[in-house]
Amino acid sequence: MKASLTIVAFFAAGLILGLNFDSLAQMCSGELTRYILYAMMLIVGIGIGCDKGALRALTSQSKRTILLPLGTIVGSLLGALALYPLVSSMALNDTLAVASGFGYYSLSSILLTEYRGAEIGTIALLSNVIREIGTILAAPLLVRYFSPLSVVSAAGATSIDTLLPIITRFSGKEYVIIAIFHGLAMEVTVPILVTLFASI
Amino acid sequence: MFIVLGIIILGILIGTQIRSSKAPSIISKLLNAIIYLLLLVMGIAVGGNEQIVNNLPTIGLKALIITAGAVLGSAIFAAVLYRYLFKNRKAK
Repeated sequence: MKASLTIVAFFAAGLILGLNFDSLAQMCSGELTRYILYAMMLIVGIGIGCDKGALRALTSQSKRTILLPLGTIVGSLLGALALYPLVSSMALNDTLAVASGFGYYSLSSILLTEYRGAEIGTIALLSNVIREIGTILAAPLLVRYFSPLSVVSAAGATSIDTLLPIITRFSGKEYVIIAIFHGLAMEVTVPILVTLFASI
Repeated sequence: MFIVLGIIILGILIGTQIRSSKAPSIISKLLNAIIYLLLLVMGIAVGGNEQIVNNLPTIGLKALIITAGAVLGSAIFAAVLYRYLFKNRKAK
C-alpha cells in the first residue's frame, strides 16, 4: 500500500510541475522517456538474469503451476474484451495492450507512451496502479468468492513483490512459491504482449 | 519497437554473467530509483499535455473499466484452475 501511494505521489508531483512549467513539459515529452525506457529495460533484464534462484524457479515447475500464468493472461484479456463495449472510443488493440500490463505499471506505461502516445500510456499507468491497489483491497473477497489462487492471478506481475505479503496472509503460505513463479512469468510476458498488441 | 525486447534479452544475458550475491538487491534499488524518475517525468509530460489534462476523468474511468474486466476475468480463470487442478491436492 505504501509503495502504491509513493507511485501516485511521484506522478502527482510530476503533473503539478508539468502544469506549471511548459518548457519542462516539452523536455520530458520527447526523447527523454525513450532513454529512461532503455535504461529500465536493461536493468529489468539484468535483474531477471542475475537472480539464479528466480531462473531456476522459472524452469523447474510442475505442469499445473505453469497453467496459472496462462490462466491470468487469457482471463485478463477476455475480461477486458468483455467490457470493451464500455470503452469503445479506444482502439481494441490499445485496450488489450493496457490489460497486458498485468499490474506492471512502470513498464507497461512507459512502453505504451513510447509506442502509442501519452494518452494510452497514462491509461496504462492508471489501470495498472488500480490493479495493484484494487487487488490489495479485494484480496479477502477474492479468496472468499473465487479461490485462494484468484488473488495470485488478480495480482498479475505484482504477485512476486507488493502482493506477496498479502497472498501469504489471505491465500496462505502454501501459495508463496506459486506466487513467485507466477510473478516472474508475468514480468517476462508484459513487454512481449504489450509490444505485440501495440504493433498490430 | 523490438529494440526494447532486444535490450531486455541483452540485460538477461549480462545478468547471467554476474556472480555477486549482492547484485539482486542492488539491482532492485536501482530499478526503484528509475521507476520514481520515470513516474516524475511521465507526470510532467502528462501535466504539460492539455488534451490529457482536460480528459483526465474520462481517462481514469477507461482505466478503471479495463482493470475491472482484467481482474475479474483472471480471478474467474484462476478459480476454475483451482477447482480442477488444486483443490483436492495440496498446493506446493
